[in-house]
Amino acid sequence: MKKAKKIIIITAFVLLTFVLLWLAQRLVMPKYQKGIIEGSMIEEYYRDEAPHEVLFIGDCELYENVSTVELYEKYGISSYIRGSAQQLTWQSYFLLEDTLRYETPKVVVFNVLALKYNEPQSESYNRMSIDGMRWSSAKWENIKASMTEEESMADYLFPILRYHSRWSELKADDFKYMFKKDLVTTNGYYMRVDVKSEMDFPPAPALTDYTLGDNSMSYLKKMADLCEAKGIKLVLVKAPILYPYWYEEWDEQIVAFAQERGIDYINYIPLRDEIGLDMTQDTYDGGLHLNLAGAEKFADYMGAYLVEAADLTDYRQDAKVNALWEEKIEFYNNLRDAQLKELQEYGELRSWGMNAIED
Amino acid sequence: MLFTDYSFILFVAVVLLLYYIVPRKMQWPLLLVASYYFYYCDDWRYLIFITVTSVATWSCALIMDKIGGKGDAYLKAHKADMSKEERKAYKAQVKHKKNMVLLLSLLITIGILAVTKYTNFVINNINNFLKAGNGIRAMDIIVPTAISFYTFQAASYLIDVSRGTIKAEKNFFKMALFVSFFPQLVQGPISRFGDLSQTLYSEHKFELNGFGRGLIRIFWGYFKKLVIADRIMIAIKPMITMTDKYYGTYVFIAMLFYALELYCDFTGGIDITIGISECMGIKLKENFILPYFSKNVKEYWNRWHITMGTWFTDYIFYPLSVSPKMLKLSKWSRAHLGEKIGKRVTVYLSCFLVWLATGVWHGAAWNFVVWGLANYVVIMVSQELEPLYAKFHNKFHLKNTKGYAVFEICRTIFIMSCIRLFDCYRNVPLTFKMIASMFTKANLKVYTDGSLMQLGLTSADYTVLFIGFLIVLGVGIYKAQTKKDIRTELMKNVPLFCFVCVILIVSIVVLGAYGVGFDSTQFIYNQF
Repeated sequence: MKKAKKIIIITAFVLLTFVLLWLAQRLVMPKYQKGIIEGSMIEEYYRDEAPHEVLFIGDCELYENVSTVELYEKYGISSYIRGSAQQLTWQSYFLLEDTLRYETPKVVVFNVLALKYNEPQSESYNRMSIDGMRWSSAKWENIKASMTEEESMADYLFPILRYHSRWSELKADDFKYMFKKDLVTTNGYYMRVDVKSEMDFPPAPALTDYTLGDNSMSYLKKMADLCEAKGIKLVLVKAPILYPYWYEEWDEQIVAFAQERGIDYINYIPLRDEIGLDMTQDTYDGGLHLNLAGAEKFADYMGAYLVEAADLTDYRQDAKVNALWEEKIEFYNNLRDAQLKELQEYGELRSWGMNAIED
Repeated sequence: MLFTDYSFILFVAVVLLLYYIVPRKMQWPLLLVASYYFYYCDDWRYLIFITVTSVATWSCALIMDKIGGKGDAYLKAHKADMSKEERKAYKAQVKHKKNMVLLLSLLITIGILAVTKYTNFVINNINNFLKAGNGIRAMDIIVPTAISFYTFQAASYLIDVSRGTIKAEKNFFKMALFVSFFPQLVQGPISRFGDLSQTLYSEHKFELNGFGRGLIRIFWGYFKKLVIADRIMIAIKPMITMTDKYYGTYVFIAMLFYALELYCDFTGGIDITIGISECMGIKLKENFILPYFSKNVKEYWNRWHITMGTWFTDYIFYPLSVSPKMLKLSKWSRAHLGEKIGKRVTVYLSCFLVWLATGVWHGAAWNFVVWGLANYVVIMVSQELEPLYAKFHNKFHLKNTKGYAVFEICRTIFIMSCIRLFDCYRNVPLTFKMIASMFTKANLKVYTDGSLMQLGLTSADYTVLFIGFLIVLGVGIYKAQTKKDIRTELMKNVPLFCFVCVILIVSIVVLGAYGVGFDSTQFIYNQF
């Protein structure tokens, strides 16, 4: 065989190898379409065409507690929540960096609970927060900052190396959502309509050291610096959730930091009554997260502050953006109705939540 | 840096790229740098040990060469002046000097191996013997990875130079590369300088065919290691550690599983080693020739870890057999025990010492000593039973039948796998106990009641293992029956060759037992 022909054949097979590996990677990567859907949240941002003047970054205390649709319907605020489960402070920082590659919001709202974590925590949460990011220096740095000891950069560069062992547990959804996934949130908001009253939490255990970690605080400072440099108003919040505990000592440190940097900090825990939260009705998991009713109340309350604090556009007056939001509202309402229907039928949600069975 | 680390794959890719980019005369120096870097990645302190071994080997070999050279020159110059006896005496004097240097060099090289690897073994045994709980304290000694391999390689070079089989290498760096050549450093094959030097220092032009041959061998090695060996290891681990729960039939299963794991692990590693070398145009000796197709244990050892076997034969068995003391013993035993028994005494004694050394080389534990001696006993018993076999075959004429060949192969696999259990369990008495339980506490329900699914493997895993096993077996049968090199055959059909490569790569990446969730282990032979 002539050398040139040989090289062409070899090149074709090399390409075929890459294509097959790419397809295999698409197939074995978790789809996060049912059950644990948090892994889909980060990537959904890139599909959203609407501009966002308010960006929420943080963990479940934001993406389960703030209804973005309510913010829009009531105040015309076009917002997005870039959050995932147990999203660490540096992950929020790098998500902010990533977002700034596409747009510059007027307000960034960061939930401070994540500051309690000073070190990487869990590989599975890391993956849910990072896998969905598009490649950029922000993602690279995020991986470096987030990796636990058992992880390696190669697993992020080529996710098939991480997920290959899923080949034996593939389900219909893995094929169905191989190339395109359904939306699981409304601009980052994760909806639940069921109700489970707030439980009695045991007293908060005493800590040996209440100082918030250097690492997490350094990223908070970086976040403040970045917002300042970009002319963005940074707002620190603590969601109105009692558990996991938010110690007064931690609160004092955030208050001091906010005062020093001239940043607004709102701890919503003492404002639960003012918000109108009825924790016998407004939570779906015993008080850890708000349900739809609670998230709408909280969004109402926070929205009033946001329009006061920043010069935000009422996008309901913008036909183009409004059209985009109409679609979101329809999705939101359909999702709500579907959940309510299932709730009525079974007395519980079976297609949503951690225990939902994948197809 | 393990062969299965991502960093190793990247390292090899970079080395291969640089190997064909740098001027050709810089190829072997590049390999030396790469080899030292490879070893440095494990632990920088290992470099001290390997450098000391290299310096001692290089300098002592040069001294021996010089002594030999001077001796030859003296004999040549005084050819006419010296009587035959004088020449003989002078030669003996030269040989003695060379032997002294050889002894010194072996004391250094093998001394390092002995001290690092066996000190604590000796201390433990002294304490056990004296029953002293707080006797001599075990020492915190570093045991450099693969020290047994490179020490044996260095020793073979020294002995070959002392015998005059090869000339001493003048260039220290070339010698250092011979000792540390990274693909073979951690698990062999144990190369001889005369063989390896022919291609190690040569200038190599990139050749697509050679590169392709090397590449497919690497993929094949990774397939065996990651898809089969590391997957089956998951099931073996509980069976050999939780002995209260897993005895009887489980021992039999563990034995067969371990036979497959060790084969795929070790031959997989050697395939990767030889493949990487072939990609660089460097030829290494084969270390395995279908060992599981052997019909007896002796044949098995001629096909399994061949370079180790020949090392022990060439550098221990033969010198021992013809040593003056052995010859004296042979004479004595023939005189006192008769010709038939007497002639066996020295052979059996030499064999005993070789197998003892082989066991000790494998590890500083009684398990390995007993393992070595068990091999010895089986080989000797087989040899003694030869006449009985001959009588049996004369009567039943089964010898050349296919069925009997299959029986012989199965018997050898069973015996070797059984002996290998000493490698699995934590001590010798336990191993004997577990082997006994295989025959006395068999519970055949284990095969059907779902117990195998409790070993950490799913039915999907067993399917992969079964298919993987069939592929390995198929390749072996093809090789054994056609006597053809499968890679050469594949290379004749480029699309088929590429297709096989693609299948191997995708299988390794998707089906390999590596990464999060799998306990990625080093190659079993790295520890020696």
